[in-house]
Amino acid sequence: MKILVAVKQVAALDEDFAIRGDGRDVDPDFLIRDLNEWDDFSLEEAVKIKEGRSEPVEVVVVSVGSDEVDESLRKCLAKGADRAIRVWDSGVEGSDSIAIARVLAAVARREAPQMLFAGVQSSDQSFASTGIATASFLGWPHAAVVSSLTYSPGAQSAVFRRELEGGLLHEVEIQCPAVLTIQLGINTPRYASLRSIKQAAAKPIEVLSLADVSLGAADVGEAGSLSRVRRMYVPDKGRAQLIAGDAARQAARLAEIIREFKGAGA
Amino acid sequence: MSGVLIIAEQRRGELRPVSLELVSAAQVLRRAGEEIAVAVLSAAPETFVEALSVAGVDEIVTIKVPAPEFDPDIFESAVGALIAGRSPDVVLVAHSVDSFGYAAALAARLGLGFATDVFKVERIDGELVATRGGYGQKVNVEVDFPKRGTVLLALRANVFKPPERAASPRVTAFDAPPAASRSAGREFIELSAGDDVDMAAAEFILTIGRGIGEEAKVPQFRELADAIGATLGCSRPIADAGWLPKSRQVGQSGKTASACKLYIAMGVSGAIQHLAGMKHVSTIVAVNTDAEASIFGVAKYGIVGDVFEIADELRRLF
Repeated sequence: MKILVAVKQVAALDEDFAIRGDGRDVDPDFLIRDLNEWDDFSLEEAVKIKEGRSEPVEVVVVSVGSDEVDESLRKCLAKGADRAIRVWDSGVEGSDSIAIARVLAAVARREAPQMLFAGVQSSDQSFASTGIATASFLGWPHAAVVSSLTYSPGAQSAVFRRELEGGLLHEVEIQCPAVLTIQLGINTPRYASLRSIKQAAAKPIEVLSLADVSLGAADVGEAGSLSRVRRMYVPDKGRAQLIAGDAARQAARLAEIIREFKGAGA
Repeated sequence: MSGVLIIAEQRRGELRPVSLELVSAAQVLRRAGEEIAVAVLSAAPETFVEALSVAGVDEIVTIKVPAPEFDPDIFESAVGALIAGRSPDVVLVAHSVDSFGYAAALAARLGLGFATDVFKVERIDGELVATRGGYGQKVNVEVDFPKRGTVLLALRANVFKPPERAASPRVTAFDAPPAASRSAGREFIELSAGDDVDMAAAEFILTIGRGIGEEAKVPQFRELADAIGATLGCSRPIADAGWLPKSRQVGQSGKTASACKLYIAMGVSGAIQHLAGMKHVSTIVAVNTDAEASIFGVAKYGIVGDVFEIADELRRLF
């Protein structure tokens, strides 16, 4: 039994950052990289399922990216993944979430898991589409924004709740294998222990080329994408009127605002 | 390729308000002489005709589907057949939990131009350009769709204004080809967490976020909220950690602060999902140590400082 977990190493902006020379992305020197927050939850969900079974369940993480991504993959290995796969080719640069999904689907075909998890979205580009597009390329059943799950590896179906807008849940049964995108809060992700971090160093990260997963240059990059970044810029933001002074003065002004509100309402 | 096709969104017999917001965006994108059609998929699609009869809509397409509620396979198949039959220039859906479940699959299968969480649409030299956020909404990203015929865009809710005037568009029925579903919806469950607070009705809310750091700090903010007469709310990480019940979560998947007039956010960074539940409030005061936090972009007043110090000082004044 196998669960494949698709993960992304996301980028956050440094306090001072610059837009790249071509105006279409941020200068990579100003990016701070980490494992996507959502993916921490989908990995935990897979590891929990594995730990709840007596027969062996393999948890495999897969990511698309350069060797920088190994840092996040090591983190996943330390948190309970058994092995990691990374696919990279310089042609992948400029891929949108759909092109990335095509690569993930190709890895899934090769690995043939019984279940595939992905995060609902990434914290950096927030397309919320990679997991579901991966399902489309695989022709698998799929569901988005899963906030609780009942699943036994190898079962013909799983039952989950989709988290809808406004505090509503929808319970659904789905045929497996399936792709589920996992929502924050479905579980409590563990911290990696020092011991598990050490053990992770010995676990394998398999690096594959596009050819290894039977894809070519036309499947990724701009040619394989459904959108193209035309321009990236820093928007003029509405700015709050800042309340100056030390904490006591700031709090005094806040108290005034509260009293004005209460006076108006009375 | 011609015209704009909108896919309306309904749930449990109610049209979701974002459906009409899409009409305004369609008017920006429609080329001269082209039509705007709104399709509605339901077991009883005719029940939505009246609500969809608004200014700007030329045609309502009713699609009777065998699923009482959203089903990704049935929706993808029916919308896919409609797109194949009509070759619209642009298809608009809401950036919502339902569209998360099928829009990307549809775009990938049909090779449509595709972007999600779009908050601005325009034509530049005739070409469709969509703007969305990047890097946690710190930058704006303009995307275009070279060599794509039909473009599918998922638009952010509460950005485009719904038309106010009613109209009488023509109504057409579309026969969707039969499709097999691989999942079965069972029941809806309302989130209630054994807490009788009604965030939607609260006029004055004090919200705490990740910035408060640890569960042990929650009681002091609960006490502060009581002292100043505010209802205590929270952002997602606090509810997910179980520090406060889910019923107190403000945001897209939690509650909308519908009646709120004064909103104090302490240690809330302002993720887009949180802003969706409160950015409309007329007086927002944000307290955060990070001067770059997104919350300052929607707040009327900002306090850059230590939330605990401010909380302590404020407590002394009530």
